[in-house]
Amino acid sequence: MGILVDENTRLLVQGLGRDGSFQASSCRAYGTNMVAGVHPRRDGTKFEDEVPIFETVAEAVEATGANVGLIFVPAAGAADAIIEQVDAGLPLVVCISEGVPVQDMVTTLAYIEGKSSRLLGPNCPGLIHPSSRAKVGIIPGNILSEGRVGVVSRSGTLTYEAVMQLTDLGIGQSTCIGIGGDPLHGTTFVDVLEMFENDDETDAIVMIGEIGGTKEQQAAEFIKNHVTKSVVGAIVGQTAPPGKRMGHAGAVITGKAALASEKIRGLKEAGVHVAESAAVIGAKMAEVLGR
Amino acid sequence: MNIHEYQAREILESYGVSVPRAGVASTPDEARQLAVEFGGRVAVKAQVHAGGRGKAGGVKLVQAPDEAAEAAAGMLGTNLVTHQTKAGGAPVRKVLVAELTDIADELYVAITMDADAKAAMVMASSEGGVEIEEVAANTPNKIVRHAVDPLIGLSPYHARDIAMKIGVPTDLVQPATGLITNLCRVFQELDASLVEINPLVVTTDGRVMALDAKIAFEDDALFRHREILDLEDSEQNDELEQKAHDAGLAYVKLDGGRVGCMVNGAGLAMATMDITKTAGAAPANFLDVGGGAAEDKIAEAFEIIVSDDDVEVILVNLFGGILRCDVAARGIVMGAQYTGTQMPLVVAMRGTNANEGLQILADAGLNVTTVGDLGEAATALTQVLGADGSNA
Repeated sequence: MGILVDENTRLLVQGLGRDGSFQASSCRAYGTNMVAGVHPRRDGTKFEDEVPIFETVAEAVEATGANVGLIFVPAAGAADAIIEQVDAGLPLVVCISEGVPVQDMVTTLAYIEGKSSRLLGPNCPGLIHPSSRAKVGIIPGNILSEGRVGVVSRSGTLTYEAVMQLTDLGIGQSTCIGIGGDPLHGTTFVDVLEMFENDDETDAIVMIGEIGGTKEQQAAEFIKNHVTKSVVGAIVGQTAPPGKRMGHAGAVITGKAALASEKIRGLKEAGVHVAESAAVIGAKMAEVLGR
Repeated sequence: MNIHEYQAREILESYGVSVPRAGVASTPDEARQLAVEFGGRVAVKAQVHAGGRGKAGGVKLVQAPDEAAEAAAGMLGTNLVTHQTKAGGAPVRKVLVAELTDIADELYVAITMDADAKAAMVMASSEGGVEIEEVAANTPNKIVRHAVDPLIGLSPYHARDIAMKIGVPTDLVQPATGLITNLCRVFQELDASLVEINPLVVTTDGRVMALDAKIAFEDDALFRHREILDLEDSEQNDELEQKAHDAGLAYVKLDGGRVGCMVNGAGLAMATMDITKTAGAAPANFLDVGGGAAEDKIAEAFEIIVSDDDVEVILVNLFGGILRCDVAARGIVMGAQYTGTQMPLVVAMRGTNANEGLQILADAGLNVTTVGDLGEAATALTQVLGADGSNA
């Protein structure tokens, strides 16, 4: 059993345009059980001749028992898609879409507060659970290996970098999760750390943060008080200038707390094994695991 | 996206926020005429996308129309250097000429997005007219914060409460309440990322008005505000940044670095920038070519990096996913041929079609050092920089 997705995952994909179709296809190829697609005007057709496509999320959930929703809808309509999936009662909603206006997320997060759905993202690579071949998102499956290290990160490609280092050193992964690069997002570092701490499949955790915001400090505080498993941490953006957006909408140094050095200090104080650079995340974990 | 003060002032005025009488001038003569219109005593303010204008000589208070013309002549056509601009400063093409007001008290009010509160945050202070960062550092108790409820917005009583807490005189609380409420409307209706009034003044004749105005907009929401896009003054932006922006690339020019970076993914791009430090160097730029970049986009990215005079070596770190490494390699070759550069490249390619990509680079006869990962990239970078006599 993975922390959020596993062999029981019944995937619904909303937004089957060029990129969405390509990614849905690779989720299926990895082994994920995709049970439904949602796309306006394609109601009644099938994705790859096998998966039924519906007009609305509610219809799709009703007909297929889907329990995880994946969103590739363009940014302008992404918040609306999140709300539709939450209203349809999907327990996990994963939004890959990049560039969602932050004010849309303000109202969306307020709307879904207290409802039964968990949101991952937006602007995230999704998550993957190698032992059950469940992939919900865009993380390339071929770089993962089965194992007992949980990985959580704000970034996509940097997650791949870390996973590849682990795999090359023979250290497999339990679940790998990208929480996304936007300042306002659903699932946080703290949420994932809590799940990894309670996960029987996970022995140690890699957490990759970056400049901007204070989420890494909150994670450090949580680790200090609630996490007994070893955590290897890395913070990128040490060479970033203040006030400039480093690609991710959330990666802007707006004050002292947003600096990489402050986050590294907080993590070290919480007992996290901080990798000096992103190049040695795998090596640090090997050292911590005594390999 | 940033706009000029005169544009922000017009937006505020259209939302019913009190502002001093003012006009914008592109010549000293226009500045003189505006000063005549406003009675002679005016402020002449250079219009650049940067703070710290006052200390840099970009704001002059004058007593007569001729002095206004003189002040304008001293600013127009020059580059204003403030602590927020790049070393070369920002070009001054327009000045704002505003009537002088007699100030009884200077306050501060701003609205920003607060990720922890998951809401817009009103920040206000009785200490206006100074750098708010200093107030926050020295007397944090003098800053009032109020998170705007996402569903009901800023209720009038909230705005009144803020006005009273920052010391607006009792008889002016009502107009101040309206002003703060309207600032909030600007922020929310126009998808701003910042609305800042510093100072918000109480005048000796009993008015509350925005003496300065700074508004920035959230880039991701500009698609639904075409009218805001028209306000962009691309001349204020860094030339390379503007070129990259037009090409749809996330690029930031960094001062003082000599390693050009080409990466896909923002997190990996930051990690790659940081690696240059391990090699004893500094990055010249942040560049995320994005997920599914085509050949010509990669070529354009390459050209932008090469045309940066500070760059001596290019570090390419691509993780093929949606992006195919062979496509990227062809883009790099195209860019190299177009620019005719012989600059050394340190290249890491992993993922989709990585071997094909590396082969394409090798076949093209470029000056390439191939590395397997970030760690090797740091080592190779040290060697390449060390081997270059100009860096001794």
